[in-house]
Amino acid sequence: MTMRAERKIAFPSDEGRRSIPELTALSAEARRLIVRYVHRAGAGHLGGPLSAADLLISLYFDVLRIDPSQPDWPQRDRFILSKGHSSIGLYAVLAMRGFFPVEELDTFDQIDSRLQGHPDMTKLPGLDMSTGSLGQGLSPGVGMALGAQLRNLPFRTWVMLGDGEIQEGQIWEAAFTAARYELDNLIAILDFNGLPQFGWPQAGGFTRNRPIDDPAAKFSAFGWHVVECDGHDHKSIRAAFDEAMTHRGQPTLVLAHTVKGKGVSFMEGDFNWHAKVPTDAELQQALAELNATVSHPNPEA
Amino acid sequence: MIDATTLVSPISMGKPVAMRETWGQCLVDLAHRYSDLLVLDGDLANSTRADIFAAAYPDRFLEMGIAEQNMIGIAAGLATVGYVPWISTFAAFLAKRALDQIRVVVAQPGLNVKLCGSYSGILTGKTGKTHQAVQDLAVFRSMPGVVTIAPADAVELRGAMDAMMEMTEPVYLRLTRDPSPTIFPPDHRFQLGRAVLLREGRDVGLIGTGVQTLRVLEAAELLATEGVDAAVLHLPTLKPLDLHAIIQLADRTGGIVTAEDYSVIGGLGSAVAETLAEHRPTPMRRVGWQDVYGESGPNDALLEKYGLTPGHVAAAAHELLQSPG
Repeated sequence: MTMRAERKIAFPSDEGRRSIPELTALSAEARRLIVRYVHRAGAGHLGGPLSAADLLISLYFDVLRIDPSQPDWPQRDRFILSKGHSSIGLYAVLAMRGFFPVEELDTFDQIDSRLQGHPDMTKLPGLDMSTGSLGQGLSPGVGMALGAQLRNLPFRTWVMLGDGEIQEGQIWEAAFTAARYELDNLIAILDFNGLPQFGWPQAGGFTRNRPIDDPAAKFSAFGWHVVECDGHDHKSIRAAFDEAMTHRGQPTLVLAHTVKGKGVSFMEGDFNWHAKVPTDAELQQALAELNATVSHPNPEA
Repeated sequence: MIDATTLVSPISMGKPVAMRETWGQCLVDLAHRYSDLLVLDGDLANSTRADIFAAAYPDRFLEMGIAEQNMIGIAAGLATVGYVPWISTFAAFLAKRALDQIRVVVAQPGLNVKLCGSYSGILTGKTGKTHQAVQDLAVFRSMPGVVTIAPADAVELRGAMDAMMEMTEPVYLRLTRDPSPTIFPPDHRFQLGRAVLLREGRDVGLIGTGVQTLRVLEAAELLATEGVDAAVLHLPTLKPLDLHAIIQLADRTGGIVTAEDYSVIGGLGSAVAETLAEHRPTPMRRVGWQDVYGESGPNDALLEKYGLTPGHVAAAAHELLQSPG
């Protein structure tokens, strides 16, 4: 293809990268901010942001080439939170990374805030796309990756998808097109927590646990390279992201196995915490648990 | 109040030109001047005539397949890296299939995507109800931040496309399929948001938009032979709307007839009625599709059955003039 040119995209060197325990500690801090500010706002989602927290920390503290002092830097890596209802998770990590003061999280979901219930790129620097209507984030990501190819710009585009929203047909239109244009500068991350808001009836009962069957096979069939990881283990996430960044000729899906509500025992795997606000007592218990996890950064490792 | 509406005398109707061909050629001309211009096509390039552009600029023509929602999202992503994507598809699919995508990733963020809806209105080459665009104007008029343009002829289309490249806002451009005469002189200058007075008259004010304005001009000729002196105002831009020109026409004539190749709901007729009800209550009639779906058929038969001919416009004017008030 005439539009394709050899692009030199920097790969993060091991030197200077944060250690796995450091990333794990940052994840716990992100989770504390998420539960604290959803409690303060009296609104927002918890289950999804908590399942995505480690992936977001890994992106913003390990792999994305960004400069918080220049959020419009043309060569920055792009990130789109297609599952826009996890906005508080993204805001917490952007604040930690220095895009805006952590205190501004106080304004989340309030009138005139830059921190809208669903991300608004016209309000908050650092957001690369407005999202919120599910299934729409991958297509703009394809556009950015295609634009980088056409302009021969050395950035990558990352898109985080929810496992519920990939029921939307537009996701598969975008998947087909990304493979067709061989966009190896596009990486999608599937936050596969297996717990949508309501779920599906099935023989003998009802399940929330199958938002979509075998997404790996589906993305492979659409021409994507697929790599799986434990979405709560920074070592596993780093290995998957590093493979995604080096794979050539195809877009890559990082299929991250996650737990909705991860990090707070009474929220984990409970669909009720999709968008529930904790009481004062629940907040204290959640914070106590999250404080304790810092000293045990990687219990399963 | 100073009458700021330009009076342009229409030239005698020349050889018909297909607006879609002008569109394809004009994209090529614009691409010479603007290196950021891209065309995204929904597998209809040989209908919309984006194929003219594809032949001239194959590297700037991006085929998106039959997936309009994804095409809009990709256009939004391209706009964020400084490209100006022009969309090639049919108005019916653009305005409705991709409606939520346009709202979420183009209109609200204010991204510079040019939404071109070809084959608008009822004359869609015998394709019928699915391909005739019956809600596009209501959709885009009601969407904050989207400029809405419906040119009358090839000259005005070129001017509108030049203006679109100068703007950074998203724009909906309403295009038609079949050849139609040129009414504007070659040096006519398109002005965004400005109506054009095509004919002076005292008895009744006729307002048209898009190619329906040609039929409105014919209606004024018909009315003249019947002793009615009709003014003709053309509105190439439905958003922003030239309120001043509409109010002045109502003041001068005391009665308004709108006509459009579109539904009487949500388009030109609605916009004029809203304006007059608020600023200058004036008796009026709306000519257009009467809240129905279309069908396939020859052009003349469609215009006749769905009430869009010059005769229908003239009849509405007579009816208005004869009504007690």
